[in-house]
Amino acid sequence: MVVTKTIPDSGEQLNCTFASRYVRTSLPKFRMPEQPIPKDAAYQIIHDELMLDGNPRLNLASFVTTWMEPECDKLIMASINKNYVDMDEYPVTTELQNRCVNMIAHLFNAPIGETETAVGVGTVGSSEAIVLAGLAFKRKWQQKRKLEGKPYDKPNIVTGANVQVCWEKFARYFEVELKEVKLTEGYYVMDPVKAVEMVDENTICVAAILGSTLNGEFEDVKLLNELLTQKNKETGWNTPIHVDAASGGFIAPFLYPDLEWDFRLPLVKSINVSGHKYGLVYAGIGWVVWRSKEDLPDELIFHINYLGSDQPTFTLNFSKGSSQIIAQYYQLIRLGFEGYKNVMENCMENAKVLKEGIMKMGRFDIISKDIGVPLVAFLLKDSSKYTVFEISENLRRFGWIVPAYTMPPNAQHIAVLRVVIREDFSRSLAERLISDIQKVLEEMDTHLDRSSTRVAHVTATVDETHDGDGGKIAVKKSVRESHDEIIKHWRRLVDGLKTNGVC
Amino acid sequence: MVLSKTSSESDVSLHSTFASRYVRTSLPRFKMPENSIPKEAAYQIINDELMLDGNPRLNLASFVTTWMEPECDKLVMAAINKNYVDMDEYPVTTELQNRCVNMIAHLFNAPLGESETAVGVGTVGSSEAIMLAGLAFKRKWQNKRKAEGKPCDNPNIVTGANVQVCWEKFARYFEVELKEVKLRDSYYVMDPVKAVEMVDENTICVAAILGSTLNGEFEDVKLLNDLLVQKNEETGWDTPIHVDAASGGFIAPFLYPELEWDFRLPLVKSINVSGHKYGLVYAGIGWVIWRSKQDLPEELIFHINYLGADQPTFTLNFSKGSSQIIAQYYQLIRLGYEGYKNIMENCQENAMVLKEGLLKTGRFNIVSKDNGVPLVAFSLKDNSRHNEFAVSDMLRRFGWIVPAYTMPPDAQHVTVLRVVIREDFSRTLAERLVVDIEKVLHELDTLPAKIDAMMSVSAGEDKGPNGGVVKKTALETQREITTVWRKFVMERKKTNGVC
Repeated sequence: MVVTKTIPDSGEQLNCTFASRYVRTSLPKFRMPEQPIPKDAAYQIIHDELMLDGNPRLNLASFVTTWMEPECDKLIMASINKNYVDMDEYPVTTELQNRCVNMIAHLFNAPIGETETAVGVGTVGSSEAIVLAGLAFKRKWQQKRKLEGKPYDKPNIVTGANVQVCWEKFARYFEVELKEVKLTEGYYVMDPVKAVEMVDENTICVAAILGSTLNGEFEDVKLLNELLTQKNKETGWNTPIHVDAASGGFIAPFLYPDLEWDFRLPLVKSINVSGHKYGLVYAGIGWVVWRSKEDLPDELIFHINYLGSDQPTFTLNFSKGSSQIIAQYYQLIRLGFEGYKNVMENCMENAKVLKEGIMKMGRFDIISKDIGVPLVAFLLKDSSKYTVFEISENLRRFGWIVPAYTMPPNAQHIAVLRVVIREDFSRSLAERLISDIQKVLEEMDTHLDRSSTRVAHVTATVDETHDGDGGKIAVKKSVRESHDEIIKHWRRLVDGLKTNGVC
Repeated sequence: MVLSKTSSESDVSLHSTFASRYVRTSLPRFKMPENSIPKEAAYQIINDELMLDGNPRLNLASFVTTWMEPECDKLVMAAINKNYVDMDEYPVTTELQNRCVNMIAHLFNAPLGESETAVGVGTVGSSEAIMLAGLAFKRKWQNKRKAEGKPCDNPNIVTGANVQVCWEKFARYFEVELKEVKLRDSYYVMDPVKAVEMVDENTICVAAILGSTLNGEFEDVKLLNDLLVQKNEETGWDTPIHVDAASGGFIAPFLYPELEWDFRLPLVKSINVSGHKYGLVYAGIGWVIWRSKQDLPEELIFHINYLGADQPTFTLNFSKGSSQIIAQYYQLIRLGYEGYKNIMENCQENAMVLKEGLLKTGRFNIVSKDNGVPLVAFSLKDNSRHNEFAVSDMLRRFGWIVPAYTMPPDAQHVTVLRVVIREDFSRTLAERLVVDIEKVLHELDTLPAKIDAMMSVSAGEDKGPNGGVVKKTALETQREITTVWRKFVMERKKTNGVC
């Protein structure tokens, strides 16, 4: 005899997700809920909220990779539960990291012999990489000063004002003074001459950027090396160079192999690169490589041994996922030198297409160079009627995220729009973007014409904002215009505070 | 007329992966290859090499989560291309992080008003969290000393010798002296009395661990708080406490809600917890919470603003993936308080099953306590013939990864094996492990005792149990050398190297 059973709680199993009570209740935002909810409901609720995030692939502000091949996605998912730091348990993953370090060191012409292993490590990003490199420089300098019997309590680092925020973090958290070479209008990277002038006996290193975040330009590391070599001869201070190749490190070797910026220059002691930028891996992987063992003080390294083989570790983070390391190795062997070169050439092509399309509108000046990171940075020839910030906002309506920034001192009056060309930004997208920018300009022109006679500007009272537009005309404003004005002013104010916020 | 074409690159399209030439050539290990290879070949080659890694779920050494529900996997994969730091572009993800911070702060009884937002941040793990907390303490202490006109160049931090390696990193990288309270036989955590004795005017904080990595024990934070309050009254130094709740932070609130270890104790100013341990998320997420705004010096915070909303950031890492943050939020709302409690109770149950199974063999002492992190740390009653390292090695043959460690000073003569009970370690697996351990013991028993006498002779360290000189064969000498070397490097290997 079959005994029939009734299912007591019908709600959970029978109702489809959107019929259930879970989408009716408001989820607690400050405290953990008392009761569990079914996994489908949890998935659906979170998934739906996240629909309101921007689309990563239309985020033209970011250098960070937003697309990888499905085969790589499979590898990533398979290793998502591997804790990278368990070197004992996952020796193959550890070896893949070591192979990546060696490949990248060779890419940067590190002076290592045939069987010598490179000195370097995988990090969570260029921020961690820069902190590690900076720590190494600081410790080396301290040791040198102690030997000389001189004070070592005031280390400083010389960089350009175009430096990314992680250098400022390093300086603040590790108590090193940041001496910034100010920019000037038309010259948006660090001037090697001025940088070398600023070097003193307390300078632990000079940091040059290969691929400035502001306009993609490569700094002249060769000139810096020459001038610094000269100064070192005169002073005997032996100040080294670090190259922040976060973006440029995976571009220059493929597009500009003759450009000397890496370990070919004798004063360059360490280089960092973001695997998750033009290394073509998802967010969460960076690399730092040192010239040789001597450049990494042993006391900073923690040794973890197993079965007699020494695995030195020098990272800030401990437990983290293995996926990105495996993904980086996948890219290095999948693409090879030729593949990376092809991808970079495509990016440069598409950047050119975009640049030409923008120039054709006749309303913009291009401030990015042709040689450098594939991006297009441009500013309005005439910002009296509306600014790049407004263009940026209006482009959002079409789905594009194109950031607008003001330059750091002393060029704060310059505001630019910037589009980064990543691997997955195809020519058709470039052409679509051009036509959308065109539409936005037309819209804003007609909007102004309609409200004809007035151009009311609220002059921002904060030092950092820019916009030397003239015309403070006091005119009777409609409610809508007051609103627009307030929003504009507020946005300029807060955007002005954020300049290097995107890496 | 149809023109037929022959495909010249026949390798690429026609051959199945294992028929192609790609699996015949040796991949370069030191330099990038010149040419590209098809994606299927790349996938297969890497996937196959990785088969030789350990199985994460059989890795009983790690506290870090190795399994999540498929629904969560879907969310993880969907967010893999979102750069978490782009707060402008991904406001919902940013808000999810803020919600997690608030939920965890409330879990730790942070003294917040109804509408007050908690002070805290998501990190890549407890290492970063501890560095941020340590930085905050260092800066506060420096500011205080400068205001008093006293020297601020010799900060120190007081912890137990059982502390995890990230504290040593913090001390070394941020130039803070580490004053360790030594352990002793059968007392494997920080003694609050000794800790408070070590506090001086240069101490930036005392760090207590809720869930020691060595044996899972919770340190008595309440006692530490009471003693330190007393000392602060006498000295006026105002030394605070940080609780490293990397493991315990997601256990104590559910299993021991009456245990006072968190912000209910007035001297506790910050707490860190690993989302990727008992927070039940994959590796790559930790949390640090401060008691209040005052405990986090403003000068350490970078402000990123958009549309007037201020998003303060204080992290060491910048770009990183968003997946783990979303996964943490998923777990918090999917499980809720009750769900987490059920899981922790299951873990405790299974730990008891394992412990009892081990006790029944009659060969082991249990070093872990019943209250604490669900793990079983045990040592051999008699390790003169074979020691714990040998057991650990033999268990690998069955597929289990069970680590063996020696305790830090002053208990270096004690060696333990440790099994961590995670969410996905079921009762069946526990029973199977006991059976396999018994098999290993049987095998070791049959191995001649001579070898073990060798091991004790050649062990040049003080902790060698006994000595006896015997004639050795070549194989025994080899084994001896390997064993000595292994012991030596295991000794050198940071005992707390696994978090």
